[in-house]
Amino acid sequence: MVKEIVIKKNSFFDSVMLMTISREVKNIEGIKEAVVVMATDFNKETLKNVDMINDEVLEATPNDLVIAIKAENEQSIEVAKNKVEEMLTKRTQAQGSEYNPRSLEMALQMIPDLNVALISVPGIYAAEEAKKALEAGLHVMLFSDNVSLEDEIKLKNIAREKGLLMMGPDCGTAIINGVPLAFANKVKRGKIGIVGASGTGTQEVSSIITRLGGGVSQVIGTGGRDLKAEVGGIMMTMGIEALIEDDETDCIVLISKPPAKEVMERVLEKIKNTDKKVIVHFIGADLSFAEKYGLETASTLEETAFKAYEACYGKIAKLPDEEEVRIDIEKIKKSLSANQKYIRGLYSGGSLCDEAMVLMKKRFPRVYSNIALTEEEKLPSKDQSIQHTVIDMGDDEFTRGKPHPMIDYTQRVERILKEAESEEVAVILLDVVLGYGAHKDPSSELVPAIQKAREIALKKGNNIIFVISLCGTYEDPQDYRKQKEELERAGAIVTTTNKRAVEIAMAIVGD
Amino acid sequence: MTLLSRINELFKKELKVVNIGITGFRDDLKSLKVPVIHVEFRPPAGGNTKLLSILKKLK
Repeated sequence: MVKEIVIKKNSFFDSVMLMTISREVKNIEGIKEAVVVMATDFNKETLKNVDMINDEVLEATPNDLVIAIKAENEQSIEVAKNKVEEMLTKRTQAQGSEYNPRSLEMALQMIPDLNVALISVPGIYAAEEAKKALEAGLHVMLFSDNVSLEDEIKLKNIAREKGLLMMGPDCGTAIINGVPLAFANKVKRGKIGIVGASGTGTQEVSSIITRLGGGVSQVIGTGGRDLKAEVGGIMMTMGIEALIEDDETDCIVLISKPPAKEVMERVLEKIKNTDKKVIVHFIGADLSFAEKYGLETASTLEETAFKAYEACYGKIAKLPDEEEVRIDIEKIKKSLSANQKYIRGLYSGGSLCDEAMVLMKKRFPRVYSNIALTEEEKLPSKDQSIQHTVIDMGDDEFTRGKPHPMIDYTQRVERILKEAESEEVAVILLDVVLGYGAHKDPSSELVPAIQKAREIALKKGNNIIFVISLCGTYEDPQDYRKQKEELERAGAIVTTTNKRAVEIAMAIVGD
Repeated sequence: MTLLSRINELFKKELKVVNIGITGFRDDLKSLKVPVIHVEFRPPAGGNTKLLSILKKLK
């Protein structure tokens, strides 16, 4: 075993790109471990844990790149180093002859009429960049997470004073004038305006609307904490005002986790007097208050999309992919062993995970999770499922220093194989979210994992069932139909909405 | 001009985006022919968090 650590001073690369490089290098024959990271304190910890740290690494700064490789022999180390160089060079060349400015100020000197800043730097630097952008009069989409609540409130107050969008922090999706920002699907332009405090929930609704043949005018993301009492729904309120004024928007959809009560009232006060059709979906919340205001409510993301479509475009002629409902549940049930009783949901989308939990709670007394609804249902360890479990693998404890599971399937694949070892698991429930920003070909990662998991179960005499909800549109870069076919060929049941996936999973395990 | 209408004004304009962070987001926008300029972000204060918090306090 040999190891080598190379440091490149003052070479900053973004984390997503470095994770891609680390993964490629790990796949080279003879390589035991490869970590290609910026020398932040957190990454130094990671390097220490895999025994690849030295004084030079300890002295390096977050502006320095560390390439740490363990391999069977010197030859493999050379191959790996060349691969890293090749990928870094390719990245730089892809930028062509373009000059990239070093700061927002310089960018504004080059293009004075910039109007939107899309910010995804590490959380520790993000608020400062967002503040600069707002002060320069730009609307902001802040994708970065790990930004303090205090900073969020400051930023949103600046935005409110200036009448600018401040979407985020931790805002996964927005579509302004048809332009997808960060994670978003290729949706049609149309009459439905969405303000969403939950990223994948918003993606699910806008994708279903598009697959039905409708379209969206604007999709404004707020970030998940906007409706907390401390923030007070600043961005949702501003988003509602903008959509009420917008001539292109006939119907307004609000999507969020249950908001703080006083915030909910403030938001609904804002919207109750519009002539436009309004659909409110606060996942798992008591919706009687909204009905009190005379607003239309929906209890699932699917229903939200259907109601919004019908409000703007008339009756749904044919539900998409109706063949889904013709799954022979009884036959599947018979194929299970007596021990196989439980559902294990491994989600990349937080809102989709929430929805699964809410739907399953109606049927089962307990649904365990890392983001559980009650204290007694909280998993003692995120890595150990109990009975019926659904996990949000996009939660901070999974993503610290690692890429989001919508971009990188490594953690989910590992977990699938772990769950397949359990005698008690009947159904593995997954979401696959397509669109811009997401993994380029999810089925290429999942198909081998599904096959392997089924082999593991088969050796124990069990038949493990995969149910996958596929979120996206037919025009997404990953090719929706191809993804569906590939996953089905591997034996998975693929549904077009999360609600259906959860219902099928529950029908399979019975009561 | 009311303040609020700045968002509604944006709805009527061509988006011109400055991307600060993940290069993949810039690539997606480019593929859609959206005008985008990418900032070569470097952590301020050489990534020294102590120095950074001192600088923040000075502002």
